[in-house]
Amino acid sequence: MRRVVITGMGTVNPLGNSVAEFRDAMFAGKNGIGIITKFDVSESRYKVAGEVKNFDAAAVLGKMTVRKTDPFTQFALAAAKEALEQSGIVGTIESDRLGVCFGSGIGGMETLCTDHQNLLEKGPRKVSPHFVPKMIYNIAAGNLAIEYKANGPCIAVSTACATGTTAVGESYRTILHGYADAMIAGGSEAAINPLTVAGFGNCQALSDNPDPESACKPFDKNRNGFIMAEGAGVLVLEEYEHARARGANILAEIVGYGSTCDAHHVTAPDPEAKYVAKAISDAVPDKSIDPSKIYVNAHGTSTPLNDKTETTALKAAFGEDAKKLHISSTKSMTGHMLGATGAVECIACILALQSNTVPPTIHYSEPDPELDLDYTPNKAVQTELDLAICSNLGFGGHNAAVAFRKV
Amino acid sequence: MVKEKIIAMLADATDTDASEITLDTQFSDLGIDSLDMTEMAMDLEDEFSIEFTPSPEINTVGKLVEAVEKLVEG
Repeated sequence: MRRVVITGMGTVNPLGNSVAEFRDAMFAGKNGIGIITKFDVSESRYKVAGEVKNFDAAAVLGKMTVRKTDPFTQFALAAAKEALEQSGIVGTIESDRLGVCFGSGIGGMETLCTDHQNLLEKGPRKVSPHFVPKMIYNIAAGNLAIEYKANGPCIAVSTACATGTTAVGESYRTILHGYADAMIAGGSEAAINPLTVAGFGNCQALSDNPDPESACKPFDKNRNGFIMAEGAGVLVLEEYEHARARGANILAEIVGYGSTCDAHHVTAPDPEAKYVAKAISDAVPDKSIDPSKIYVNAHGTSTPLNDKTETTALKAAFGEDAKKLHISSTKSMTGHMLGATGAVECIACILALQSNTVPPTIHYSEPDPELDLDYTPNKAVQTELDLAICSNLGFGGHNAAVAFRKV
Repeated sequence: MVKEKIIAMLADATDTDASEITLDTQFSDLGIDSLDMTEMAMDLEDEFSIEFTPSPEINTVGKLVEAVEKLVEG
């Protein structure tokens, strides 16, 4: 039986533009959410978001690449640079044994808006020839394959807000079943713009709380919607023997992946949570692990329904043991990076295992009597961890969970 | 005027020093592909108030300058 390990990680997100920056901010319980600076919010009911800060795309990627790519691809390439450097895989693998599985929830929305405006104002002759290859949501995956000469499977996945976790899970299966020996996996998102914010807002998903210090409060009684964010997470997955043979630094092992669909409603999770529970349960094949040594990085969006549904799901998956789990929502600090969120949260899981520290759920002030599990309020907790589960839910009813352990 | 403008645009787009771009420079040497050419044609149309459609034969800076100058002189 082949085994699959992680040998590289990279991220750009509201808490930092590297894994080290992200780790330090996350364990310190820093808030990456602020007033939106990308557009004038005076007309918007929704005023806060988790923006990536101090990211100089041209300095990291070069001016030429920046001109030809949407920000969602730029985040992906920057995060990949860190992950591939850490892994050291380039040059040690046949190009057709290296693949990519990478997604986005939205794709190149900024490019779409810009070129649509060009069409309306200046006519069809002024729509950029780069419009389509910048905007289509598979193009981050395509650019990653070009950058790292990955001639193996190159797949773009989108399961909305579960995209990043689905990409990691599908990459795990691709290696497990022998279709590749290493995969560049993850997700990216750059959709903080007036159209996307208005769209999510009007479908009643966002919090209208204008205070960055209290807008995103997962599992709190007064939570009232999610906060949009942006960023990217990239993980290099590799077959265990391949990693060992080349002396790679192994960061964690994937022990399972669960993938299900509610088949219930386009935006609302099924309140019975049966299939979220199944995805989580499928990700943990070994049921004998001490639940007090398990960390669950919950989807924890801070919407009334999500956080309740996830609590129900964890109780269904673990029974009475659910009370012993260490749970948190790192979205309380980053906001919700949509298609990138699962990938960044997989990284959070691995960081938690590496340092035996549970990241906190910040902005937690008033317990909800219905939500009675341990959500690690406000302060990181040091405790021995053996397993970390990343669980995400997406519009369309997609559920994905991946579980990691130390090697 | 057309030459200087085109060289400045190319230098900016490709992050190359303008002094390294001559009339003999091939677009492929600058990493400019057909999509980039089409986009540059749009910028040239705005800059010089012309209508210009690039073709594969225009593959050096000199040929582009010549084609645009012809259109500008009308």
